[in-house]
Amino acid sequence: MKKPNRILIREEYCMGCRICEVHCVVQHSKSKDIIKVYKGEGAKPLPRVIVEEKGHISFALQCRHCEDAPCLEACITGAMYKDKKTGAVLCDEEKCVGCWMCIMVCPFGVILRDVSGKKVASKCDLCIGEEIPACVKNCPNGAIVCQENK
Amino acid sequence: MRYVIIGNSASGIAAIEAIRECDKQGRITVISDESYFNYSRPLISYLLGKKINREALPYRSKEFYKQNRIDLLLNKKATGLDLRNKDVLIGKERIKFDKLLIAVGGTPFIPKIKNSNINGVFTFTKLADAERIEKYVKANKAKQAVAIGGGLIGLKATEGLVELGIKVTIVELADRILSSTFDKKASGIIEHALEKIGCKLITSNTVEKFTNSQSHKVTAVILKDKKEIKCDLVIVAIGVRPNIELVRNMPIETNKGIIVDNSMQTNIKDIYAAGDCCELKDKNELIAIWPVAVRQGKIAGYNMAGIKKEYSGGLVMNSVELCGIPTISVGQTNPKGNGFKILEYFNKEKSIYKKIVLQNGRIVGVILVGDIERAGIYTGLIKDRVNAESFKECLLREDFGLISLPSDYRKHLVQEVSVII
Repeated sequence: MKKPNRILIREEYCMGCRICEVHCVVQHSKSKDIIKVYKGEGAKPLPRVIVEEKGHISFALQCRHCEDAPCLEACITGAMYKDKKTGAVLCDEEKCVGCWMCIMVCPFGVILRDVSGKKVASKCDLCIGEEIPACVKNCPNGAIVCQENK
Repeated sequence: MRYVIIGNSASGIAAIEAIRECDKQGRITVISDESYFNYSRPLISYLLGKKINREALPYRSKEFYKQNRIDLLLNKKATGLDLRNKDVLIGKERIKFDKLLIAVGGTPFIPKIKNSNINGVFTFTKLADAERIEKYVKANKAKQAVAIGGGLIGLKATEGLVELGIKVTIVELADRILSSTFDKKASGIIEHALEKIGCKLITSNTVEKFTNSQSHKVTAVILKDKKEIKCDLVIVAIGVRPNIELVRNMPIETNKGIIVDNSMQTNIKDIYAAGDCCELKDKNELIAIWPVAVRQGKIAGYNMAGIKKEYSGGLVMNSVELCGIPTISVGQTNPKGNGFKILEYFNKEKSIYKKIVLQNGRIVGVILVGDIERAGIYTGLIKDRVNAESFKECLLREDFGLISLPSDYRKHLVQEVSVII
């Protein structure tokens, strides 16, 4: 199966249920067990998908994995890199020092400060190793969908 | 094709990557006067404060030079150029080039201070500086320091020294720290935080003289008002200027920096410049920040390899965390004159301050202190020159996001551009 390589946002189908957020948190947790994560594993990881809501409009937004990504140019440590195989923009959290240059330049505002442990930039990694990213897989409405790269 | 790049930091490395993207065959030589194979300069304050170790310094891995087949010449200082023969001179040695990139960065500016030729007085821009300071601190059991200059470099050095248990006094010529990128309120928050961690601030003042011990080590600084501050070491961080030493007295045009056009080429064909050493023609743009250096290096690299790309100008911005407080400033943060509208949110207890500067409905500047989430959205609006009149009430709301933007612009952002990975 080819890895999906495009996440499309269809805001007209989003009802702001935040299920994507829940599954994103679970996917990036230690146990990957929804009950454990929400009931007792300790601090939950930050969701890497942001749900925005205003009146009847809502959408789930994650890193767009830009072709000419400003965060790559702004990163002072070289932590932010483009995965050669998939084209995904990923952050090597070992290398990241939390200078927040990426946050300053991301026009989507989808990189967050994770200060729970070592300060690092937290962002969508397209659920490395998964066939379909957790947010897409679990969206009940098809408001975030994958499209294969043409 | 023989490419020669002088300088092995942000611009130089970005140029390598751009050249190799389009030219797999050409020969690339990189000349660096430093001994380390490559490292990220902004990280030296983290190293000094022991927040990271030396292994975390490289910006690109050692394999990077192998993979890109780079002849890396370390510890070699380019001393001159022979424009007629297209040679870079390293003392008596000559290296031929077809295309040359000068990416030698900036040099710290050292003001004339009496008796400055003594031990214990440092600048702070290179790894060697951080190493020398660390060694000096250890050898002399330094307890107190003076930082001359309350800009980014001075404050990051201060922070590093504080981590080592050193008491730091900051002497700043302006009436507040970070005066070029912050306004009074933003400066005030950081000043307060610095004082809380034991730093002393002296503003509207300057150092006139150093005093030293018999062993030629600094023992104090004497201020303009004749006040004496005892210290075991001094960091001079007044500012950085473009390093144009190499092209001085040459037909290569310079102003403050080496003048380049929007292809990053100097007035001499096949000679390019990028990063902190260059200045953009006509605009006189001189923005010494990491993202601009990378962008310029990349553009230079493409053009050197024959792919036409234009540099469209940069934006002054910075992100820096000081005393645990994240801060971001972008564009015109402290505008002078009329025609500007200011939006502000200030929570003194929480040390949160946000300021948006509008001109003719467009955002032209932002300061964020304490809460920087989603800052890049503002930067994007500044870059894209979006008229914010219709949604300006939302700009400082806690739930500000893409949803606050006009739907056509938002859809253009999330659905049209750069979604393909």
